[in-house]
Amino acid sequence: MAPRKTASTSSRKTAAKPAKKDFTGGTIAEFSKEDDLHAYREMLLIRRFEEKAGQLYGMGFIGGFCHLYIGQEAVVVGMQLALKEGDQVITGYRDHGHMLACGMSARGVMAELTGRRGGLSKGKGGSMHMFSKEKHFYGGHGIVGAQVSLGTGLAFANKYRGNDNVSLAYFGDGAANQGQVYESFNMASLWKLPVIYIIENNRYAMGTAVSRASAQTDFSQRGASFNIPGFQVDGMDVRAVKAAADEAVEHCRSGKGPIILEMQTYRYRGHSMSDPAKYRSKDEVQKMRSEHDPIEQVRARLLENKWASEDDLKQIDKDVRDIVADSADFAQADPEPDASELYTDILL
Amino acid sequence: MPIEILMPALSPTMEEGTLSKWVKNEGDAVKSGDVIAEIETDKATMEVEAVDEGVIGKILIAAGTEGVKVNTAIAVLLQDGESADAMAVPKAAEKQAEAAGPKVEEAEKPTQQGSAAAPVPAQPKGEVAADPDIPAGTEMVSTTVREALRDAMAEEMRRDEDVFVMGEEVAEYQGAYKVTQGLLQEFGARRVIDTPITEHGFAGVGVGAAMTGLKPIVEFMTFNFAMQAIDQIINSAAKTLYMSGGQMGAPIVFRGPNGAAARVAAQHSQCYAAWYSHIPGLKVVMPYTAADAKGLLKAAIRDPNPVIFLENEILYGQSFDVPKMDDFVLPIGKARVHKKGNDATVVSFGIGMTYAIKAIAELEKDGIDVELIDLRTIRPMDLPTIIESVKKTGRLVVVEEGYPQSSVGTEIATRVMQQAFDYLDAPILTIAGKDVPMPYAANLEKLALPNVGEVVQAVKTVCYK
Ligand SMILES: Cc1ncc(C[n+]2csc(CCOP(=O)(O)OP(=O)(O)O)c2C)c(N)n1
Ligand SMILES: [Mg+2]
Repeated sequence: MAPRKTASTSSRKTAAKPAKKDFTGGTIAEFSKEDDLHAYREMLLIRRFEEKAGQLYGMGFIGGFCHLYIGQEAVVVGMQLALKEGDQVITGYRDHGHMLACGMSARGVMAELTGRRGGLSKGKGGSMHMFSKEKHFYGGHGIVGAQVSLGTGLAFANKYRGNDNVSLAYFGDGAANQGQVYESFNMASLWKLPVIYIIENNRYAMGTAVSRASAQTDFSQRGASFNIPGFQVDGMDVRAVKAAADEAVEHCRSGKGPIILEMQTYRYRGHSMSDPAKYRSKDEVQKMRSEHDPIEQVRARLLENKWASEDDLKQIDKDVRDIVADSADFAQADPEPDASELYTDILL
Repeated sequence: MPIEILMPALSPTMEEGTLSKWVKNEGDAVKSGDVIAEIETDKATMEVEAVDEGVIGKILIAAGTEGVKVNTAIAVLLQDGESADAMAVPKAAEKQAEAAGPKVEEAEKPTQQGSAAAPVPAQPKGEVAADPDIPAGTEMVSTTVREALRDAMAEEMRRDEDVFVMGEEVAEYQGAYKVTQGLLQEFGARRVIDTPITEHGFAGVGVGAAMTGLKPIVEFMTFNFAMQAIDQIINSAAKTLYMSGGQMGAPIVFRGPNGAAARVAAQHSQCYAAWYSHIPGLKVVMPYTAADAKGLLKAAIRDPNPVIFLENEILYGQSFDVPKMDDFVLPIGKARVHKKGNDATVVSFGIGMTYAIKAIAELEKDGIDVELIDLRTIRPMDLPTIIESVKKTGRLVVVEEGYPQSSVGTEIATRVMQQAFDYLDAPILTIAGKDVPMPYAANLEKLALPNVGEVVQAVKTVCYK
C-alpha cells in the first residue's frame, strides 16, 4: 500500500506541514477492496456501538459521564491498521472506539458501561476507566492530559526493553494545553522514545472552540521547540490516517524518536451525554456529517468501485448490529459485581 | 583588618567536613573567585573560592584535617600592607571557632529539653465573630445552592473591582455546572475569564495576580482537577505570606465541586476536605445550606488569605431559605448548630449533613435527641462549639464522605479526646466513606459511600442503646 498524493476530500486544511523534510503528511494510502471493507466494518461497529451506548444511557443503564466517539471513527481505525502485536494504545475518557479498535470485546466494553461484573474492569472502572493487558490497551483516563505522560512511559518501557514496539498516546485539542504534555514532549525527544502523539483535534474541548483556548492552533507544530516533527492529517479520511500512521510508525520503530499527528476530526455529539452543545450551530454539525462523514466516504467508494453491493453493505450492517445488540443484551442481563469486590484490587 | 576565611557549608544539611587540600599556600596572592582549597563531605568534594582579594597570611587548619565544623576559621587573608606578624589572628580564630561551637549547642538546647520548658509562641487567638443578626421580618427567599454561590460572586464583583473569576468554561458556557451563569453578561470578558485546560498554570496565574493584591476566584471544574494545581495552591498560595515575612499573601478563593457526584468513578469522586485542612496558611470552607454557601463565599472573597471553598455537585440544585439582605456575610471559622439536642452530638459538614439530618430524624422516633452541628469551616476549626455540645451530651459521632484515615473526623476525635476527655461517656465514632477508590458499579458505589443506617447505628452505639 504505497502512499499516493491525492487531492484532499476535505475542505479543511490538510496540507502537509512537515517539520522535517522526511515527512510528507497529507498523503492518502491506497486501499484495496479488503482494506476498505475492513475499515467500513470497524468504523460501523464503533458508530453503532456508540449509538447503542447513548440509548442505554438515556434509559438509565449507564451512569456518570459517557463520552461518545461518533464522528471520529476513522482516526483509531486508520491508526490501528499500522500497528503490530505488542504496540500499545492509551487515551482519555472518550475511549470506547479505541477499545473496540484494539479488539476488545463489545460485550466487555458495554458491560463495563453498565457497571456489571462481566465488564472489562469488573464494573469498577466505568466508561472512562477501562484497560486490557491482553490487547495492550492502557486506559481509559479521566484526568485530561494524564495519558500523555503515561503513554510516554509506555514508550520508555519499550526502549528500555529494547523491543521495537511503539506506543500511541491519543489526546484532545483541549488536553494539548496541559503542562505535562510539554514535559513529556521534552523527555520523549531527549530520550528518542518511540511514541506517537495523536492529537484528536475535534475542534472543541467541551464548549471551548480551539481558537478560544489555544495560542497556536496548528497542533502539528506543538512539538517544534522540542524538535518533534508533526503533521496535520485529514482525520475524517481513513486512508489519510493510515498513510500518516505508516509513516509515523516507521519513524518511531527506526529509532528516530517521537512524532506528532494532528488528526483533524469532528465530534458529532455533545461533549458528554449532558452537554446541550449550544456553542456551535446545528448547520456546522450537519455540514460535517453530510460532507465529510468517515463511514460514508468508504461506503461511497465501495459502491463506486463495485467492491460491494448495497446488499453486501446491508449484510455488514446487520452483522455489526447483531454484535452490538448482543453486547447490549449481555450488559443489561449480567449481574452487578459481588459486594465483596468493593475491597478487592486496592493493593496486592 | 585581616579577614578570616571560614569553613563553608556546601549544603543546607552540612555540619562539618574534611579540609582535603589547600590549593593556595601561605604568601600566595588570591583574587576573588580563585580556588583556594578543596573540602569534602560525605556527599561530594567541592572547591572553596576566595571571596575577597589579598594574600594568604596564615593557614589555620592543615590539609587533611577531618571533622572541621562549618564556620570555623580555616585561614587568614591579609589585605594590602598588612603583615603576617602583626596579626594576632590565630588566637582570635581559635576563640572564634570555640565560640561558634557552644553557640550552636546553646541554640539547640531549648528544643532538646522538650517543649515543656521551651517558650512556645502563642498561637493566634481563634476569636470568631458570631453570625450576624438577621433582623426580624427579613424576607427569606428559597434559593438553590447554585444561585446562592452565583449571587455571592456577583455581589462581591459589584462591590470590588479587584475581584474576578477564572476557570474552565466559566464564561461563555456559563459554567460547567452553571454556577457562573450570567456573570460574563454582567461583568464582561475582562473579569469572567475562560481558561484553557491548564489547571496548574492558571492556578499559578491566579496566585501571582493575588500576590499583587487582586482577588481572583479560581473555579476548578471539579476539585479532582485541582490535584493538577495542588502545588501552586500549597507551595505558593498557602506559604507566601509566611515566607515573605508578612509582606504579601494571596487573597484568592479556589472553589468548585468537591467529593463524589454520581457514578463518575474513582478519578472524579474524592473529598478533599481533610487534604487541604492539613495545610497551615489555608482556610477551608465546606458549606451545606444555600445561606451558608452565600454568606461564606462572600466572606471567602473578602478574606485576605487563600480560601479553599468546597462545593458539591449534588447539593447545587437543592433549595434553602436565604435571608434577603443587602450584605449577608458569615464568619469563616464558626460552626452552626443545626438542631439543638441533649442525648448525643453529631458533627458533619457539606453533603455529610444530608446523612446526618435523615439519621437524626429517625433517631428522634426512637427517642434519641441529637444535637447536630454543621461545621461549615474545616480550617480553622470551631472546636469550642463542638466541645460545648459534648460537655452537654457526652457522646460524639462525626459524619463525612471522605476517606476514613487521617480524616476530618479523626482530627475532631483526637482534639475532643485531648480537650474534653472527662466529659465523654463513650468512645467517639467516625462515619466516613469506605477505604476504597470510588467504584463505578451502582451497587458498589452505594456501599462505598456512608449511609443513613450507619449514622443511626453509630449514634445508638455511643448512647449504648
Ligand atoms: C485535569 C482535568 N481538567 C478538566 C477535566 C474536565 N474535562 C473533561 S473532558 C474536558 C475537555 C477536553 O477536551 P479535549 O481534550 O479537546 O478532548 P475531547 O473531549 O474533545 O475529546 C474537560 C475540560 C478533566 N477531566 N481533567
Ligand atoms: Mg476536543
